[in-house]
Amino acid sequence: MERIYIFKRFERFWHWSQAALIIILMITGFEVHGSYDLLGFKTAVTTHTTAAWTLVWLWIFAIFWHFTTGEWKQYIPTTDKVAAMMRYYLTGIFTDAPHPFKQTRLSKHNPLQRLAYLFVLAVINPLIWTTGWFYLFYNDWKAWGVDFLNLEYVALFHVIAAFMMLIFFIVHIYLATAGHTPTAHIKAMITGWEETED
Amino acid sequence: MNIPVKKIHRALFLVGCFLATGFSGYVNAAATEPAAAAPVSAVAEAEVRKSTSTADHSKFEELKKNFKDGPEVTKACLSCHTEAAKQVHNTKHWTWEFLNPTTKQKLGKKHIVNNFCTSVTSNQAFCASCHVGYGWSDDKFDFTSENNVDCVVCHDTTGKYKKLPGLSGHPNYEMIEWPEHSGKFREPTDLQTIAQNVGKTSRETCGACHFYGGGGDAVKHGDLDSSLKEPKKYLDVHMDAKGLNFSCGKCHISDSHEVSGSRYAPTAVDDNGAVLRGKNDGRNQTTCVACHGNAPHPPGTDAVEKLNSHTNKIACQTCHIPAYARGNKATKMTWDWSTAGQLDENGKRIQRRGSDGNVVYDSKKGDFTFESYVIPEYVWFNGEVKFTLFGEKVDTENVVKINEFQGSADDPDSRIWPVKTFRGKQPYDLGNETLGVFHTAGKDDSAYWTNYDWDKAMAWGMREMGVEYSGEMTFVETEMSWPITHMVAPKEDALSCEQCHTEKGRLQNIGGVYMPGTNNTPTIDWLGYAAALMALIGVLIHGSIRYYMSKRG
Repeated sequence: MERIYIFKRFERFWHWSQAALIIILMITGFEVHGSYDLLGFKTAVTTHTTAAWTLVWLWIFAIFWHFTTGEWKQYIPTTDKVAAMMRYYLTGIFTDAPHPFKQTRLSKHNPLQRLAYLFVLAVINPLIWTTGWFYLFYNDWKAWGVDFLNLEYVALFHVIAAFMMLIFFIVHIYLATAGHTPTAHIKAMITGWEETED
Repeated sequence: MNIPVKKIHRALFLVGCFLATGFSGYVNAAATEPAAAAPVSAVAEAEVRKSTSTADHSKFEELKKNFKDGPEVTKACLSCHTEAAKQVHNTKHWTWEFLNPTTKQKLGKKHIVNNFCTSVTSNQAFCASCHVGYGWSDDKFDFTSENNVDCVVCHDTTGKYKKLPGLSGHPNYEMIEWPEHSGKFREPTDLQTIAQNVGKTSRETCGACHFYGGGGDAVKHGDLDSSLKEPKKYLDVHMDAKGLNFSCGKCHISDSHEVSGSRYAPTAVDDNGAVLRGKNDGRNQTTCVACHGNAPHPPGTDAVEKLNSHTNKIACQTCHIPAYARGNKATKMTWDWSTAGQLDENGKRIQRRGSDGNVVYDSKKGDFTFESYVIPEYVWFNGEVKFTLFGEKVDTENVVKINEFQGSADDPDSRIWPVKTFRGKQPYDLGNETLGVFHTAGKDDSAYWTNYDWDKAMAWGMREMGVEYSGEMTFVETEMSWPITHMVAPKEDALSCEQCHTEKGRLQNIGGVYMPGTNNTPTIDWLGYAAALMALIGVLIHGSIRYYMSKRG
């Protein structure tokens, strides 16, 4: 067993505060959408808006961090070992087969993770942020000259993105238990230290 | 040493005031019947103290006389206010006519057929009790007569001036039994006291007609009734008698007797900001925005900003008048004329009351329903109201919309407005295929309220409209709407977000606008939840296999 320091302090702070914000955004967002009645519409809207702005700030720091540290390279997709990873999740994981991917500080995400996070970064997030931004500034559409937009569609795509985020969230939480012990990845995300089999 | 001197001055001033008011009371008392003198002079004193006018009309020689009738009072008024009658002649209050500049429809009480008492024509003697004139009893009335203008109906401050139905706009000059056959008698109207105590219009003078539209207190509008004479804050934040104490005229600003604000051509959207004092650009100043501006909610949190930006779709009234008829007076919601005419075994008129004390059946009128604390209906409205006028061909298959509020979600000049929609069934001339006009009241053989004979009443009414009655009538279902704009609640009682932004919210029938919180993308929701559920089931199965294999292994 080898211990490597994978997740630095800011990264862990970013991960967990972002997780909390996304959970809040999902709970309040689906209430604003009308899926259930929990906090009351007004509180749901104001909380959603506040959480969204907070996430914007967090992202500004996160983007800065990724570029200054070069960590953005962790999200460059690769096709290498993707098939092996899929085979591992479909069979190997049940039979305790060795993990096809060796985690290092320079390459902390397995190829499927890279693809998944890239999908979040390149598809879900742009969709959710663009639609959310227009949704939030609905009353400025005229001033911006974009009043050809239709709130119903903007809201619709925002909701579609939210569902994608919900699905990502479910799978992400499950795969967090897929380390060599069910809590290994979670511990790593808290302490920064990942235990890997050599 | 200065203080006592000031006190003395104040005391002397108060004594002077007392003497002055006492003296004017004495003049009033001397001029009227001794029996009526005491209470009237008390009223006069109270009014004199309240008035801020620079003229005490009780001191005017022109008014120190026993007037024989209303026109004589008017003549005295006009001897100083020389242009007043000419001004009144130009107003709806006098002409009962309104030419809608957009639709070119000729409207006004004189022309429209509504679904309450239906029509003024052939019933002028009764309807004219709310006309600012004297003597309108039939179509021969002289609308050019200055002395026939009734000044005091609007400018009375004593509360003693009453124009009774059937007297063609006159108050009673002799003692009469009122209501008829009640055994109660009304003293002759004390025109001299009334004339000497004229003043500004008030909630009471405007309300004398506008609170009683449709034939009784609260009946027609729902947002106007006698509870607004001395309203508490919860009922109307502006008219609150112990607070802002607005008169009607505070918002319905008048110029040359032309009162601003209109139900025939309302201002549905005003985004011109607060009116600068003195600036007269011809806009209707009887709007919320004219005082409160375009962004009335004080800036601050996002939630407050959102309220301000809601004004691009919603009239202020929609949130700030959460319900109408909130003054413990029920307003009439339906009126079915088709059941009128049922008499008891002696052939006498029947009146039945509901448990709330309101008349729910009257042989003269048919069936009614009443409601209080009514949640309005909501419509897109751009200020244009189209009427179905007398003579227009309509059928009995469909509900006839006596008026229809124009506007739509796509129209940037439309807003969501609260309305009272009044539904009824009323006479219809089968041969002429038009709304019926019938002679309702009068001391003659044809009036419906005399003989309960529709054919006779219709024949008379239609003839007055210049149309020959076909001889066949039935009843047609009708709808008519009024914007709800009075009884503005304090801000604490305004609608909350949740009252609309929910699945079965207040605006569920409004259509054409996406409202978050109303769960209106069911297909996407279904697909989304199904996908999320499949993901959940997938990971659970995967996890279970892992667990099972690890236990076995």
